[in-house]
Amino acid sequence: MPPSAAASPNAETAPGRPDWPDCPEAWRVEVFKRVEFDDPEGTHALAAIRELGIASVTRARLGRGFLLPPTLERDAVDRIAGELLADPVLDEARVTAPGEPPSVPGGVRRVLIARKPGVMDPVALTTARAIARTGLVSGTVADDAAELAVATFQAWELEGAPSDAEVDTIARRLLANEVIEDIHAGTEGLFYGRPQAGAAHGAVTVALRDASDAQLEELSAEGVLALNLTEMRAIQEHYRGLEREPTACELETLAQTWSEHCKHKTFRGLIEMDGELIDDLLMSTIARATHELDKDWCISVFHDNAGIVAFDEGWDLAFKVETHNHPSAIDPYGGAGTGIGGVIRDIMGVGLGAKPIANTDAFFVGPMELPPEDVPKGTMHPRRILRGVVAGVRDYGNRMGIPTLSGGVWFDEGYVANPLVFAGTVGLIPRDCATKSVEPGDVVLVVGGRTGRDGIHGATFSSVELHDESETVSAAAVQIGDPIMEKRVLDALLVARDRKLYRGITDCGAGGLSSAVGEMGEHCGAEVQLDQVPLKYPGLTPEEIWISEAQERMVLAVPPENLAECLAVFAAEDVEATPIGHFTDTKRLVLTAHGEIVGELDMQFLHDGTPRPTRQAEWRAPELADPGCPPADDHGATLLALLGCPNIASKEWIVRQYDHEVQGTSVVKPMVGARMDGPSDGAVIKPLPDSRKGAAIGCAASSRYGRLDPGAMAEAVIDEALRNVVATGGDPARTALLDNFAWGNCDKPEQLGALVLAAKGCYRAAMAYGTPFISGKDSLNNEYRVGDETLSIPPTLFVSALAIVPNVERAVTMDVKRSDDLIMLVGTTRGELGGSEYLAQRGLAGGTVPRPDLAKAPALFAKLHSAMRMGYVRACHDLSEGGLAVAAAEMSLAGGRGMDLDLAMIDHADWPAAYDEDATLLYSESCTRFLVEVEPGKKFPFQTKLMGHVCIPLGRVAKTDRLKIKGTDGGLVVDLQGDELRAAFQSGFQG
Amino acid sequence: MSQPKALVLRSAGTNCEDETGRALTLAGARTDILHFRRLVADPGRLADYRIVVVPGGFSFGDDIAAGRVWGAELRAHLAREMRAFVAGGGLVLGVCNGFQVLLEAGLFEPDRRPEERSIALYENASNHYECRWIHLETQDTVCPWLVPGERFPVPVAHAEGRFVVRDDSTLKRLIEGRQVALTYVNEDGSPPEYPADPNGSVHHIAGICDPTGRVLGLMPHPERNISPLNHPQWTRLPKREEGEGLAFYRRMVETATAAPV
Repeated sequence: MPPSAAASPNAETAPGRPDWPDCPEAWRVEVFKRVEFDDPEGTHALAAIRELGIASVTRARLGRGFLLPPTLERDAVDRIAGELLADPVLDEARVTAPGEPPSVPGGVRRVLIARKPGVMDPVALTTARAIARTGLVSGTVADDAAELAVATFQAWELEGAPSDAEVDTIARRLLANEVIEDIHAGTEGLFYGRPQAGAAHGAVTVALRDASDAQLEELSAEGVLALNLTEMRAIQEHYRGLEREPTACELETLAQTWSEHCKHKTFRGLIEMDGELIDDLLMSTIARATHELDKDWCISVFHDNAGIVAFDEGWDLAFKVETHNHPSAIDPYGGAGTGIGGVIRDIMGVGLGAKPIANTDAFFVGPMELPPEDVPKGTMHPRRILRGVVAGVRDYGNRMGIPTLSGGVWFDEGYVANPLVFAGTVGLIPRDCATKSVEPGDVVLVVGGRTGRDGIHGATFSSVELHDESETVSAAAVQIGDPIMEKRVLDALLVARDRKLYRGITDCGAGGLSSAVGEMGEHCGAEVQLDQVPLKYPGLTPEEIWISEAQERMVLAVPPENLAECLAVFAAEDVEATPIGHFTDTKRLVLTAHGEIVGELDMQFLHDGTPRPTRQAEWRAPELADPGCPPADDHGATLLALLGCPNIASKEWIVRQYDHEVQGTSVVKPMVGARMDGPSDGAVIKPLPDSRKGAAIGCAASSRYGRLDPGAMAEAVIDEALRNVVATGGDPARTALLDNFAWGNCDKPEQLGALVLAAKGCYRAAMAYGTPFISGKDSLNNEYRVGDETLSIPPTLFVSALAIVPNVERAVTMDVKRSDDLIMLVGTTRGELGGSEYLAQRGLAGGTVPRPDLAKAPALFAKLHSAMRMGYVRACHDLSEGGLAVAAAEMSLAGGRGMDLDLAMIDHADWPAAYDEDATLLYSESCTRFLVEVEPGKKFPFQTKLMGHVCIPLGRVAKTDRLKIKGTDGGLVVDLQGDELRAAFQSGFQG
Repeated sequence: MSQPKALVLRSAGTNCEDETGRALTLAGARTDILHFRRLVADPGRLADYRIVVVPGGFSFGDDIAAGRVWGAELRAHLAREMRAFVAGGGLVLGVCNGFQVLLEAGLFEPDRRPEERSIALYENASNHYECRWIHLETQDTVCPWLVPGERFPVPVAHAEGRFVVRDDSTLKRLIEGRQVALTYVNEDGSPPEYPADPNGSVHHIAGICDPTGRVLGLMPHPERNISPLNHPQWTRLPKREEGEGLAFYRRMVETATAAPV
């Protein structure tokens, strides 16, 4: 059978004509909503069709399609349709016999969308199992659904009179993602059968020893190995020494293990900058701070899947944030879903396994209002990307039952072709489970999902630049998630952990089994029988099995005496667990298939053989004049515009789609206040039912600061992440940080130079604040090539903070609470508007990037936290994008009460004439500043606590709902009703 | 009075079993959490319990439709046992996905065949998953452990919670049979609009019971309002001793205790 029976519409055949030769040889059930009930998916699609500028469609309806085995009797199919697939109240089911065309209502244009053969389809698997297990087929209840091949598809019916071109546009730009799905418009043909995989084969060798440099480079590019010439030469040298050619399996293993994604070659390599030779940027900046700070509460840093810090009696917290940029660019939904799925597995596989208790997410995308013609070829519109990644995180995180509590969205032109997706997970882990080991003789047990061709070359794909054909050539790099599989793995894993049935574990992430087994066996050795790995469908080559990034898999090291009990634990949760080999003491990695050795590698060469070339780095600050801070004609209008600008406007439409209540642990939620519409600085959870200890989670980034001054950006972003946790009650002395760098191509000296400056900024700030980094991840090569032009993303550092909250009953929210309370401004305002929202609104570039005063800021955080523990603080909000004006407006609209503030109260140093006084005070984004609500009777003790820092009573919470701000000359510069503020704040893109 | 035993069932994709178990324990029950396949293997275990709860989550990924697959499995394997449990005075609660499951399993209309079902839960009018706090009001109901007229805050978190009926006579039958147990209201008790009614349910129905009152299903999550710190506005509210959801579970446990075995 061809892979796709009918991929192109047949223009000569009228739609609906009942003589399709290629109707699938399977029962077809299409389930539509009855006409008397609205079809929310259809309504939603129609709105999106309008957004595409297509007015000819009057109605869209979605039919959920199923293909069932032709061997079923009609009665059985009717029962399956009536009792399982369709709802008796809401739905009507159309059943069509094998090989027959379906009967279709007149006057509709049909578009069928089906997953490409071999693409993971969890609904089809669930349906097959449900049919088998509920006795819908001839009364038998079978556990084995293997014989029941089920496929699913979507049947869209468009009413009205769209042209062929319009139907094509709708299908391609809205309904289908052609990376993973086939579109069938004007045909009823659908693929039904087993996917075609590459022919299985035994050991294959690659002629490498005599290859020229050009041939080596060609081999690397053709195989998507992402190895540079130096690395290819090192491999060639190694095999010349061995006097044999490498096998395909060996070459793939080396490519995966040496990939930028797994090895962090840039961060761990040699860099020359301004005459200085940096040997391992990570160890000499970020990790160095951790080691020099040497906090006894850091339980595990940098070497495991996630960082671990001490939490409470007997319990620790693990935290990891991952990037999943390239997969999200070509399939936003699947890419973001598997991104969060992957970082959850990191937490499940840290130490001996942690229970995930919170998720975080951050997206960096292009402008929502980007004209369609400005979307580069091969790229989706930023709206589609954002909607897709939000839905991906939503559907994975919600299904896993993990609250998504903290995050952010940043908008910038620089992310149009290369969006960034960060996903993080916090885990709770018993104190005695922080370390893992592997002993020779332990069984290599793979648990979870089956292995297929999905996600081949994910690790190496993420290390090459995207180009306008990425969508098509990289289809295999996309993985589809199955969160319920992962949930089952988690349920079984925690039981097995608590019974101490295994002693080592890691997740299958980038590089699949090759990375997981290779890492676990690094210090002893391992032997793997690839033919034992359970497959989704036959026909995979050994190297495909070995490097597949099929999702929801983990690898355990199980002592042989525990194997039987371990298998039983997984079987009880319906999770496949399969021994595929064992760990050895040979220091070699041996791969076999059907008794034949298909690869044999020396662990030391595999892990330490990567050449370390010296790269050049330089930095030249952009030559831009300082625009100062021009005055605003109308501060009220300016403030409203800022509240509605993309980076500031409410993200409630995203927050509400995430379950932030599951597990019942959230104490400070993402949206707070009288109407629960105020943006919280951070989130606080109370993970242990019988303890008052909590954890505050915050994050920060900037897309603009880094272009101007990467070093200042790093310090400012760390300061903001700290502000976010301190503002909600987190202890700055017990705060751990995570770094995530997303950068352009670091083979370019100026990109690498920016990276060096940012990493050094991280070191300075971490040392000053006493906040160690415990984990991190870098994603380099975020570049996009269109024709001859290479576009690089803005240097982006995403910092996450995890702080202990000593007593969650002292946690603080940002909404003002009581009239007549004092509003105090804490922290120094400087003329720092470089990269600010205010200048961006005016189209001005340049200026001084905010930079914290590292000599004073740490003490300010400590003192503010101390005041909170004394109960002096009723509300607290940090000043960030949009400065004082935006912070005041947000606190006010969240609390449903106005404020009377007076800028003349602020004592400040003289600024150059180019800095308008009112505008600078209102919109500067200087670091380490807060607005704090203090009840009048506690003003003195609060100010005493903050001794040595700017701590000014700026005004009071009003009795009315008006925000009034007096300028330095005494006149009102802002006078706005709460409803106006709220409307502006909620005026942004709403999904 | 002996402490009643409560059974929290779970399946692949259940994710609220821990907080539901905790709420029941705090409310005074001895609580077990059990994978439903183990109950299918040994249905006699039901006799040990006075309360069965099907908690929230995404059973089987909500594939096909929310609660569809687990509901079909319960119907296929435990229908007789569950009916006998209710007839014997046992209490059954389904929360969120558990409500969807009980509805699919046919527990609210025990005399009807699957294709005759007259009530359904489907996609929210907003067409997306939604997590927010709302207010519930208890109606005049046959459910023996709810107090009519009571109003309390709880969170909702679902994508398919819109309660609909086959026809007007179904709604009439539910109201007259006092099966409409809980409705969405504004905080002051007035009729809600979106988002106070988060999904667009007919009659703003958030929860219903079976004709006996001993089977209750609701979309919102009372077990997520147990501690005073669960409430999204606790930093601006007067100090409270406990979340309102705890009283909901406590009365259920008390009723189970008082019921004759």
